Amino acid sequence: MGHTPRKQVILGAYLGGVNHHTAWWDERAGSQIDFSSFEHTARTAERGKFDFFFLAEGLALRERNGRVFDQDIVGRPDTLPVLAALAGVTEHLGLAGTINATFNEPYELARQFASLDALSGGRAAWNLVTSFDAFTGQNFRRGGFLPRELRYERAAEMIAATRALFDAWDDDDLVADKQSGQFVRRGDVGRFEHRGPQFDIRGRFTVPRSPQGRPVLLQAGVSPQGRDFAAANSDAIFSPFGEIIAAREFYRDVKARAERFGRSPDELKILPSGSFVIGDTHAEAVDKYHEVRNQQVNGKTALILLEQVWNRDLSQYDPEGPLPDIDPDPTAPDFIQGRALIEQDRFKTVAHFREVAEAKRLNLRELVIDQFERGPLVGTASEIAQQIDDFVQQDGSDGFIIGSHLVPWGLDDFVDQVVPLLQERGSLRAEYTGSTLRDNLGLPSLRRDLTAAR
Amino acid sequence: MTDAADPALHLGVALDGAGWHPAAWREPSARPDELFDARYWADLARTAERGGLDLITIEDTLTLQSSTSPIDPAGPDERTDQVRGRLDASLVASRLATATEHIGLVPVVTTTHTEPFHVAKAVATLDHVSHGRGGWQVRVGGHGAEAALFGRRQFEPIDLAAITAGTLPDSVAERFDEAVDAVEVVRRLWDSWEDDAEIRDVATRRFIDRDKVHTIDFQGRWFSVRGPGIVPRSPQGQPVVAVLAHQRVPYELAARSGDLVFVTPPLGADAVGVLADVRAAEAAVGRDGAPLQVWADLVVLLDGPGESAVDRLARLDERAGSPLTSDAAVAVGSAAALADQIETWHRLGYAGVRLRPAVATDDLPRIVDDLAPELQRRGLVRSGYREATLRGHLGLPTTVPNRYAAV
Repeated sequence: MGHTPRKQVILGAYLGGVNHHTAWWDERAGSQIDFSSFEHTARTAERGKFDFFFLAEGLALRERNGRVFDQDIVGRPDTLPVLAALAGVTEHLGLAGTINATFNEPYELARQFASLDALSGGRAAWNLVTSFDAFTGQNFRRGGFLPRELRYERAAEMIAATRALFDAWDDDDLVADKQSGQFVRRGDVGRFEHRGPQFDIRGRFTVPRSPQGRPVLLQAGVSPQGRDFAAANSDAIFSPFGEIIAAREFYRDVKARAERFGRSPDELKILPSGSFVIGDTHAEAVDKYHEVRNQQVNGKTALILLEQVWNRDLSQYDPEGPLPDIDPDPTAPDFIQGRALIEQDRFKTVAHFREVAEAKRLNLRELVIDQFERGPLVGTASEIAQQIDDFVQQDGSDGFIIGSHLVPWGLDDFVDQVVPLLQERGSLRAEYTGSTLRDNLGLPSLRRDLTAAR
Repeated sequence: MTDAADPALHLGVALDGAGWHPAAWREPSARPDELFDARYWADLARTAERGGLDLITIEDTLTLQSSTSPIDPAGPDERTDQVRGRLDASLVASRLATATEHIGLVPVVTTTHTEPFHVAKAVATLDHVSHGRGGWQVRVGGHGAEAALFGRRQFEPIDLAAITAGTLPDSVAERFDEAVDAVEVVRRLWDSWEDDAEIRDVATRRFIDRDKVHTIDFQGRWFSVRGPGIVPRSPQGQPVVAVLAHQRVPYELAARSGDLVFVTPPLGADAVGVLADVRAAEAAVGRDGAPLQVWADLVVLLDGPGESAVDRLARLDERAGSPLTSDAAVAVGSAAALADQIETWHRLGYAGVRLRPAVATDDLPRIVDDLAPELQRRGLVRSGYREATLRGHLGLPTTVPNRYAAV
């Protein structure tokens, strides 16, 4: 690496949630709803000098064949109030929440994120997603759903409209000078306007410019359109690639796109998520991993994961037997509702599954484990630290979003055992250096830019 | 006339920026540059908690403050000499959950442009993170410049003079009907999970008993919401719902939907008229169950060390350039005189008083250090906290039946 400073590993922490990975059946597992679980995980992440804590979202309980899922964790608290509460028990940790652009309006979202940023002293981050399913829409007054092809229009306009709001107050508009009696610098403070096909809004915004100016913006995107969108707008993008060759290709591609949009590649961070299993020896870690995986994908869960692909009831099939011999049903109403939808050709996917099962001699459940489980970080603490550091130094990513199947205690092992090794390698800070999340991520300050531009 | 079941007088404080006097932010104790920092709000909330108060409310509107009417279609004024800007109250309340241990946290949340589904999960989560201290002051909006912030709906301009004279145009009354629906949806979502829905049955690999999680299937004129909610039932089951009301239509919203109502009676014995109006509204809408807890709102300026409240008000008014006006009565004087006033109201049948400190950083500490002990000496309010939840503080049932539970 010569004399260039060593690339720093960005770390996010997620709390295991509403999916089959979260091992609620483990006798050590705690609550997924008590605030103490969130507090413990966030404090642990801060102890490990993580950049941020991340919460996912789901605006409707998942259903299978018209009935609420019952075998995974069900239910979660509302994202932003939890993050606001966590702001009171942490000092440095970024607070990132997934919030849907389809079932929210820019005015309320900008108010909420600017408020969270103010209440946390500049630690707010927004993972912007758009969903398009009418199932979730049934819970909302706007109802209906967003036509799939308008997802990026909606997201782009949401970003533009909320930017107009975040920027509605200038850095120095708040004067609050008791002597002169001037509270705000100008009479029309907070004025904004945005017009477009999705939103047509105007007025005066209530939240003064927040410490970060705008929350850090996170997005996921794999398709060319999604990559371009994130490269143009986001501060960080979630990478689905855990394997180094594909990851480097994604990294290079997305950073190049950012440059084409006139941005420095450093202004866009690339972050895959990773679960982990630590053992005292490599063999022990692998054993533990197999045990966890077998519990996560039991027979019932394996069938349900396949039902997402087949789009029909497979409960009569033996999970320890061969794959279902029937075809998928792409025309039926969605058998599984409320899950993140993956665009796919069901026949192609099924054909691929059959090939893999044949070639590797896998039964139904084994096939699901093989195809649905992305390889987590498995090994001794030292192996995991090296895996993470190598991956980042070789430009597979800029860091990882780390989570455990065990709520809320799972992150402790990582922070106790892996973090010190990353620090020894000089790849992770020993103390926080910045005061805002943007500072800690090495992103340019929007407030300084604004002042310089004037 | 006091409700026999709940002889205690309840005490709360309404927090709004630097205080309820427009010049409050210029006082020596004021912290105007911290109005958008958590530390300021945490200090106020802890001060209120030190006095053993039942709750704080946190003001909010979707529009920027203005010295003109909030329903003026021209939007907020362009004055630069008063506090402008505020944070989202429900997030402030959630932030305060970890700064306090006992006091109830009641943010104002608007019903008109917001999604009932979002409001339900935000307040339920406030209740979770505060271990049962969450509430909601329902605010109806929808006129003037507010609709343009969302750009979804258009409302016809309304006659301000008519409203001031006590007549609500139909278009405004409709917004209250909509609010009734919004609260109904929120309350159903709060019940959509039964308390024991989470079973964690490892043997059958069932996390919940899905017969105890219910759709709400609400269909109304303004929206329909299917449910269930995403948040498991919160510690209070039904967080406390409050309404600020000045006349019949909002009284009826409170009577239909609320647990307590903040009203603005005149000082003295004439306050009995407002109480009668609220009871009439309850009868008119056929409220069943417990009667509304009626709390009187009062702007408060208390005597300070070396300066009388009267002098303080004169000085504040001079700074503001005009005398203080308020929808609520204004009490100016000693803590003992204020205690007399409160006692009078309590004897008339008011269950509580919500004080609006004219200067948050002066009058709140005096409420806590001078008034609260005086009321305790008179045996009107409890000293210290005896219950864990806001419903408990208020003497509301702490075990709330779930409308969806099989009996």
